[in-house]
Amino acid sequence: MTADTGPVLVPAAEQLGAAETPLQQVWRAFRKDRLAMAGLYLLIALLVLALVGKLITEWWVLFDPTTVRLPDKLLPPLSRASSALPAEQVPPFGRYWFGTDELGRNVFARMLQGSFVSLSVGIVAVSISLSVGIVIGGVAGFYGERKLLLVGIDTILMRFTDVVLCFPTFFLILTVVALLPPSIYNIMAVIGLTSWMSTARFVRAEFLSLRERDFVVAAHALGLPEWRIIFRHLVPNAMAPVLVTATIDVAYAILTESALSFLGFGVRPPFATWGNILADGRNYIFDAPWLFAIPGTAILLVVLAFNLVGEGLRDAMNPRLRKRSR
Amino acid sequence: MWRFLARTLWQRLLLLVLISIISHTVIHLAPGEPTEVDPLNPMMKAEDIARIRQAFHLDDPIYVQYLDWMRDLLTGNLKSFQNGLPVLPQIWDRFLNSLPLFVCTTLIVWTLSFPTGIHAAVKRGSRYDRGTTFIAYALISVPGFFLSYLMILGMVQVFHMPVLGLRTFGSQGASATVRAMDRVWHLAIPSIMAALTGIAVLSRYVRSQMLEVLEQDYVRTARAKGLDEGAVVYGHALRNALLPFVTMFGFLVPGLISGSVIFEQIFAWPGLGLLGYDAIIARDFPMILTLNFIAAVLTLTGIFISDILYALVDPRIRVQ
Repeated sequence: MTADTGPVLVPAAEQLGAAETPLQQVWRAFRKDRLAMAGLYLLIALLVLALVGKLITEWWVLFDPTTVRLPDKLLPPLSRASSALPAEQVPPFGRYWFGTDELGRNVFARMLQGSFVSLSVGIVAVSISLSVGIVIGGVAGFYGERKLLLVGIDTILMRFTDVVLCFPTFFLILTVVALLPPSIYNIMAVIGLTSWMSTARFVRAEFLSLRERDFVVAAHALGLPEWRIIFRHLVPNAMAPVLVTATIDVAYAILTESALSFLGFGVRPPFATWGNILADGRNYIFDAPWLFAIPGTAILLVVLAFNLVGEGLRDAMNPRLRKRSR
Repeated sequence: MWRFLARTLWQRLLLLVLISIISHTVIHLAPGEPTEVDPLNPMMKAEDIARIRQAFHLDDPIYVQYLDWMRDLLTGNLKSFQNGLPVLPQIWDRFLNSLPLFVCTTLIVWTLSFPTGIHAAVKRGSRYDRGTTFIAYALISVPGFFLSYLMILGMVQVFHMPVLGLRTFGSQGASATVRAMDRVWHLAIPSIMAALTGIAVLSRYVRSQMLEVLEQDYVRTARAKGLDEGAVVYGHALRNALLPFVTMFGFLVPGLISGSVIFEQIFAWPGLGLLGYDAIIARDFPMILTLNFIAAVLTLTGIFISDILYALVDPRIRVQ
């Protein structure tokens, strides 16, 4: 919606000095929410950290998260590396910022690698669920009246959604992940394929109401092709509630991944995720509490950030609440 | 009303059949079979695997296996792959263990989140509201198992109290009072830990629902009449805000199985969740499928009950 209206409307709006695009209104309301802004800053910091961490752990030998240093096992955070290590294994600045684990691996490097894996599990899983949800909800909303073998497409798709909603989700994820060969892509796919239902319902509801609006009727009258109406006019207008649930779903997906890792079905070593650092750490909970506390706090922070941003967006996009808070 | 009931019941039954077919297909088509639990075992020869597959009817076409499963389930003859014992009595035993945990958790959630949420909505923007909002976000975001481990750690190190399992080991000889107290104590910690997320989510929901209702004209009218604030909040606002919570009952019941896997695993609580977890590890297809099926039955029953409640509370639904 920005690409269409941006270049034409924004200069005009500046001349008038009053009108705002919907996006600017949302942003203004969002900025007033201190908790949500804190969440946003935290989120940006974490994203940067995850990307930098990915680069560092891939290319910089000192930060290699898989280096095993047996003389230095279970050292508390900020302790110095022992002098027995060969020079290429000494961590940067000679200190383990987050301590070491039971094999003497640098927890800081493992957390950096894990931040990329954990975030990408969340984001990819939600992208999958968004795509499935938008396609199913969109088809049900737009082509719902057509018939396929005597039954309306809408009925078929929405009954199917009901069926999937009735599955005990976590139990289903656990079953499928336990049966499939362990891999990070399977986990992303399974989490994504079991959480698209609410998106589909939102998109369908939005499509049903948008379909009758004047601008869509006008687009039909202009003879625009259907794909253009759907992707240019309907999808952008239906995105607001979807975006809010998507943000919160990322948080949920990260929690699910860590819970799976915790139960032993998660991403396999040597890949580090926050979930399996935490799961390994619980065996040393009395001797090395930092192995447990650091990833736990990290998960808490990232999930909190996503939740705060999601709730802030929801409030900012709700016109009734916005009016009240001004 | 009766036609409404009959129609929803019929739809639910149809859904249930579909669910059973889909879950059966998913589980049988996914790679990984009961014969592959221990692939490195040198004692497992090809003919042994073939024998096991034949004994469990894994070579039959998938629809035959489905019909067999359904027949055995309905006649009560379904046997677990793991130990050859009938599935339903095992599930019933574990259900009796899970039930107190579930009831306790639900009671804690519903009794705590309503006062918290209502108070936060009435005092919107106050320090109390902002404080509970932040705590609620933190509780939603913290992984339940992380907090539970910290709790166990604290309980064991500070109070020297055992927290795992149904009862303290070796307490069988103690007097009835001590045993009852022991049971309650062992129940309290897991139910509080399992309730925390629920309290956070539900109190937020109560708050937003109350905020919505408090803005309505009839609340302003009630205030304008000069009613005292308690009568306005509890008599006029709360009663109208309660409507959506009727539907939430439906989604409570399936938590009995799937919501408890992690907490039962952590607190070594021999309930349904742990039964399912063990069945998944052993690829005990009949047990997994039956638990899935029962979870679906519980969900649909819950939704059915909430439909009826909704129709009773809100007459507009019945007319459609």
